Amino acid sequence: MGRYIIRRLLYMVVVVLVVSMITFGLMHSIPGGPFTREKALPAETIKVLNERYHLDDPLWKQYVDYVYAVMVPHFTTTPPSTSLQDDFLLNAKIGSLWIRWMNFGPSYKSRSRTVNDIFRDNLPISGQLGTMALTIGLLIGMPLGILAALKQNTIFDYLGMGVAIFGVSVPVIVLGPVLVWVFGVALKWLPPTGWGARPPYFLGFLPSNLLNGEFFKYAIMPSFALGIGSSAIIARLTRASLLQTIREDYIRTARSKGLQERLIITRHALKNSLIPVVTILGPLFAALVTGTFVTELIFGIPGMGKYFVTSITNRDYPVIMGTILLYAVFLVFANLLVDIMYAYLDPRIRYD
Amino acid sequence: MAEVRLEADAKAVGAGGMPLVGKHESLWQDGFRRLLRNRAAVMGGTIIILLILAAVFAPLIAIKPFALQVLTDQNKMPEWLLSVFPDAKPYTKVSNDYPLGADNLGRDLFSRIIYGSRVSLTVAFIGPLISLIIGVIYGSISGYFGGRVDNIMMRIVDILYAFPSLLFIILMMAFFRSTISDVQPGTLAYTFGKMDESMGGMLFIFIGIGLTAWETMARLTRGQVLAVREKEFVEAAHTIGATNWRIMFKHILPNIVGPLIVAETLAIPGYISTEAFLSFIGLGVTPPTPSWGSMISDGARTIRTYPNQTLFPALALAITMFSFNFLGDGLRDALDPRLRGTQ
Repeated sequence: MGRYIIRRLLYMVVVVLVVSMITFGLMHSIPGGPFTREKALPAETIKVLNERYHLDDPLWKQYVDYVYAVMVPHFTTTPPSTSLQDDFLLNAKIGSLWIRWMNFGPSYKSRSRTVNDIFRDNLPISGQLGTMALTIGLLIGMPLGILAALKQNTIFDYLGMGVAIFGVSVPVIVLGPVLVWVFGVALKWLPPTGWGARPPYFLGFLPSNLLNGEFFKYAIMPSFALGIGSSAIIARLTRASLLQTIREDYIRTARSKGLQERLIITRHALKNSLIPVVTILGPLFAALVTGTFVTELIFGIPGMGKYFVTSITNRDYPVIMGTILLYAVFLVFANLLVDIMYAYLDPRIRYD
Repeated sequence: MAEVRLEADAKAVGAGGMPLVGKHESLWQDGFRRLLRNRAAVMGGTIIILLILAAVFAPLIAIKPFALQVLTDQNKMPEWLLSVFPDAKPYTKVSNDYPLGADNLGRDLFSRIIYGSRVSLTVAFIGPLISLIIGVIYGSISGYFGGRVDNIMMRIVDILYAFPSLLFIILMMAFFRSTISDVQPGTLAYTFGKMDESMGGMLFIFIGIGLTAWETMARLTRGQVLAVREKEFVEAAHTIGATNWRIMFKHILPNIVGPLIVAETLAIPGYISTEAFLSFIGLGVTPPTPSWGSMISDGARTIRTYPNQTLFPALALAITMFSFNFLGDGLRDALDPRLRGTQ
């Protein structure tokens, strides 16, 4: 297992390198640069700016420098400074030696901020939204699927599958505006747009007002709009997989030895029927991660979504690269995690 | 040729004197019969047919051209809508010329929704087509030849999978849209740009969606090919000297096409919502071409005052997605009953 994980991690480095190469090539082949304006800047200004951000270097050098700054850990004795060129995401101190990793560079558009600043301030919001949506997806999807399977062909089953069809048929861009109108405008129960959490975040991620309800007031609508699609997929899969499991021989054995029905379902059936559900958590997570972009634009949430879309129109190269790389790493990690969990849940699966 | 063969088959007689090919039902006929028994699927199919008719005959159904702006009619609503949204009464002018109201440029919402079906439906049919063609060829080659070829081809797909696909599409769309504006006439890119312009921006949407959509299809095809590849009839084809190409597409493909079609039908709502999203953020269709996504985005700015401008395109989009999902579910149940109720 350990060996398998190490191999997968090495493979991940290759994947991320290729992704960065494609993105880098693509982004630099979009015409116009970060300093192209409707009303052209003076040539000297552009020259100075290009020099400052090393955009006058040959492309291969820019790429190598970028990869070096982001991927290779730096060992220095100088402590972190406030310079925009010197902002690393991870800083650790061992003795007098600093280990510093992942310098995504300065943003060209917001001159006083680095990409890491954007990650620190805005990524947690996307993370909160995605986590809430996944939670809602699981909280709605799993019980619905279980209930539908245990009461097959009853009203519960039809109701559950009705919700599932609804979930896959109503995308965020439909459900979002409808929810905004119903609960935000017509009923005035919830704030139509915005986000309730402000930095600093607990552990860099958790909102400080998680417990007093202010956070949920803003979060519930977008999380629901985003999560209902996942809940549909989870419900369908849970139902199908549980239906298959409760017909297995070992369930009959459990029944014949007189176990309580509740124990049979929770101890024996559920654990095995969860395996397929876990496997789709990877792709589902991927869909949620990009789904947060859509949701953020609709609900006016200051997460990564707005930054990514505007960074492309602004040719803000470091922001484009940083966002795509970070999300690619998320996806690969999520899939690795799913594979490991898979082996844990099903001991028949061995990785060598 | 086919007719001659049919006649010969009909004359073939089995041992008991019964015709061998009596009431023969192919998988497809059988599946179609089962599909017709599924009420939800029939309803979905009917709505899709109606939508296709609406898209084809849009100029006849729509009461006004989709780009016609009457600036004096901005945001007008018909009487029945004002009784649904009474909050809008104080500041809205009434005009019964617009069955669903007019948008902020004085264009008829109803006509634009009808024309908008063209974009969504075209994506619903072209999306699967592109991903089937690329995905099936790619997956077949990978699965059929196996070994090193398979390994390399699948690693490529794995890497592309690591791309957050929506972000990739956004990047590609930005690339297309801005490259086209400054290329020289006579180049390929210029021709593409012109084609895209004449299609209201749809060409690049197809390319953007097609670029990522085939990956799943390639994986699925490969898995199916691997399962069928070792069967006896493939071996038989090998022994009589059939070419690889022929075995792949004449012998293996017909045996795996069912699950592929089901998967692709179930993927259609995804393509529709991707297009709607691209148009929503302004990277999809080029104005004034109406798309439900761009209409939702236009309307969302004034959702507090004129909710009809958002809610009607949203409703149209939802109905279409429901129909395709019902049809896809029905098709899956009909063609592969074992899969009932699964993904």
